[in-house]
Amino acid sequence: MAVTRKTRPAPGTSELAASVGLTDADLVAMYRTVALARAVDERMWILNRAGRIPFVISGQGHEGAQVGIAWPLERKKDFIAPFYRSIATCLAFGMTAQDILMAQYAKATDPSSGGRQMPGHYGNAENNLLSLSSPVATQMLHAVGIALAAKIRGSGQVAMTSMGEGSSNQGDVHEGLNFAAIHRLPFILVIENNGYAISVPAARQLATENVADRASGYGMPGVVVDGSDVLACYTASREAVERARRGDGPTLIEAKVIRLTAHSSDDQQTKYRPEQELAELRSHDALPRFRDQLAEAGVLSDEEEARIAAEIKAEVDAATDYSEAQPDPDPSTAMRWVFAEDWPSETPPPWGLGDGHSAAGHAAEEPRSAAEGATD
Amino acid sequence: MALKTFIEAIRETLAEEMRRDPTVIVMGEDVGKKGGVFLATDGLWAEFGDDRVIDTPLTESLIVGASIGAAVNGLRPVAEIQFADFIFPAFNQILSEAARMRYRSNNGFGVPMTIRAPYGGGVHGALYHSQSVEAFFTHIPGLKVVIPSTPYDAKGLLRSSIRDDDPVLFFEHKKMYRSVRGDVPDTDYVVPLGRAAITHPGTQITVVAYGLMAHYALEAADVVADEGISVEVVDLRTLRPIDKDTLLTSVRKTGKCLVVYEDNRFGGYGAEVAAIVAEEAFDYLDGPVTRIAGPDVPGVPYNHVLEDWFMVNPEKLADGIRKLAAY
Repeated sequence: MAVTRKTRPAPGTSELAASVGLTDADLVAMYRTVALARAVDERMWILNRAGRIPFVISGQGHEGAQVGIAWPLERKKDFIAPFYRSIATCLAFGMTAQDILMAQYAKATDPSSGGRQMPGHYGNAENNLLSLSSPVATQMLHAVGIALAAKIRGSGQVAMTSMGEGSSNQGDVHEGLNFAAIHRLPFILVIENNGYAISVPAARQLATENVADRASGYGMPGVVVDGSDVLACYTASREAVERARRGDGPTLIEAKVIRLTAHSSDDQQTKYRPEQELAELRSHDALPRFRDQLAEAGVLSDEEEARIAAEIKAEVDAATDYSEAQPDPDPSTAMRWVFAEDWPSETPPPWGLGDGHSAAGHAAEEPRSAAEGATD
Repeated sequence: MALKTFIEAIRETLAEEMRRDPTVIVMGEDVGKKGGVFLATDGLWAEFGDDRVIDTPLTESLIVGASIGAAVNGLRPVAEIQFADFIFPAFNQILSEAARMRYRSNNGFGVPMTIRAPYGGGVHGALYHSQSVEAFFTHIPGLKVVIPSTPYDAKGLLRSSIRDDDPVLFFEHKKMYRSVRGDVPDTDYVVPLGRAAITHPGTQITVVAYGLMAHYALEAADVVADEGISVEVVDLRTLRPIDKDTLLTSVRKTGKCLVVYEDNRFGGYGAEVAAIVAEEAFDYLDGPVTRIAGPDVPGVPYNHVLEDWFMVNPEKLADGIRKLAAY
């Protein structure tokens, strides 16, 4: 062991922490966020298998890269346009375990969408996490536009977006990278390359080895990092953030990550992934690797790790109980927020004659007869 | 009060709104030094510079998508799509993103963005420079769709659109840019979104129109007036939200309704107008709700004889009015 207490430059700063310009407390906080994201994600699958929530889309295997990359951004100032695997990104940027679980349950008080979107479609205005949709890579252009506004307004903000290597083939990515480079926007594109676009391997998605190889064609740096190395991800991101804030323009960061789960709860990945590959996945997992790294550096003791694990379990349990207990959204609110003001009653409801939309109108209809409703 | 062309009204409004509100920016293809292919943005670059008048690459999806992002982060972008025919690469951004952002985030995020695009035929623009695209967008909850017909309305409605907190599609008939003139006051007036105007009062037939067709409706109304047919013209001005009150009040008074639109007939915007009238004014109707619209071919053909064949004109409209009047 090279790391000894004598070599610490300052109290609370191990050699490892100092090597990346952080404190031990920072490293522990990063580890806690990676571990929390994993625990939330595992809970989602349990709830799905138990029939409590109908759908899960997972971020397992991406968490280390997400936490490392989100960490250098400034909360409530910078912006992230996340994607559906961005659980750890959202947690690192200000959302809570409860916020993430509320999105799985789609309850009225779900901060992402008030129960309107399917699970995995996070967003939180309070924390500058832009609401995401299902067509992939559309958020690319939103983040570029956020960066454009930051430059025009002189706000000093950086805009980041993340997506998989499959999404990187969409035309919006091309249009956005080109524009961001032309205008030297404070923008970072993060590609979380887990090797699969649902079932199609990366070799059938792009002819080059790295998505980052494309960056030079747009006139910007492209960086490849090992997504299981949290601190390498942090360092790459910090450089990109500094570059963006200096006004030197965008960066493409590609983190090589793993997908530990099927694409979603509706997917059977053994159909298209070799058994051998699935068996080896865990050896590239950032969570145990980061834990061992911090333990070896003397940053994380067994006792502290156990304490964090207990805290996380309590937090996830409480978030689950809270989310379960929340009410479903009231249909009388379903017409709200089509626009900033109330959506005018311009058309009759589709179920018959009437003067305008109202959930009450629907509910007031005569109930269908039992015979009509029966299907068996 | 000064007499101005339609395009002068648009250009002045953009400049005035940019002076009034530093968060208003203009993005599009050739909108900078050149001032736009129709000169709608002429002079803006010289006054407001590179930061606020942005010549984009040929990337319609980016024009809209980056405008969405800029709107989320404190600006009020006015995106120009060079021709409405070229808006479709941005369709996903408009449909899946701009229109749904507020709803899907439960009011977390809004998109105060205006998309301007010249539309319409009769200018030898053929299949790809003549299209009427409004029906694609009026179908989508979360979008406001505006089509003014006079310089006065263009100015008042563009002001309202830019100041609105939600996405607005603002379509300008390119044939009207220089052929239509009208009085425009120097005041900071607005025309509210969602209000139609009765531009020609009458008693026997309601003609519902917008854009260039609102002018043709007035011409046709004058022609048939000499034959003793009294036409009331409703210029919708905002297609969505539609002003049902003005529409239905007129139809309940006249008992007959003819909708005119330049787009292909099948599934066009006028079909929705006809359905609303049929559902909500049925007891007042004294004849079938009728549509005068473009033929169902995939675009406006180029040759001038074919183009004339395609286009609705005041004569075709007057014929339709006569038939409905005689019903």
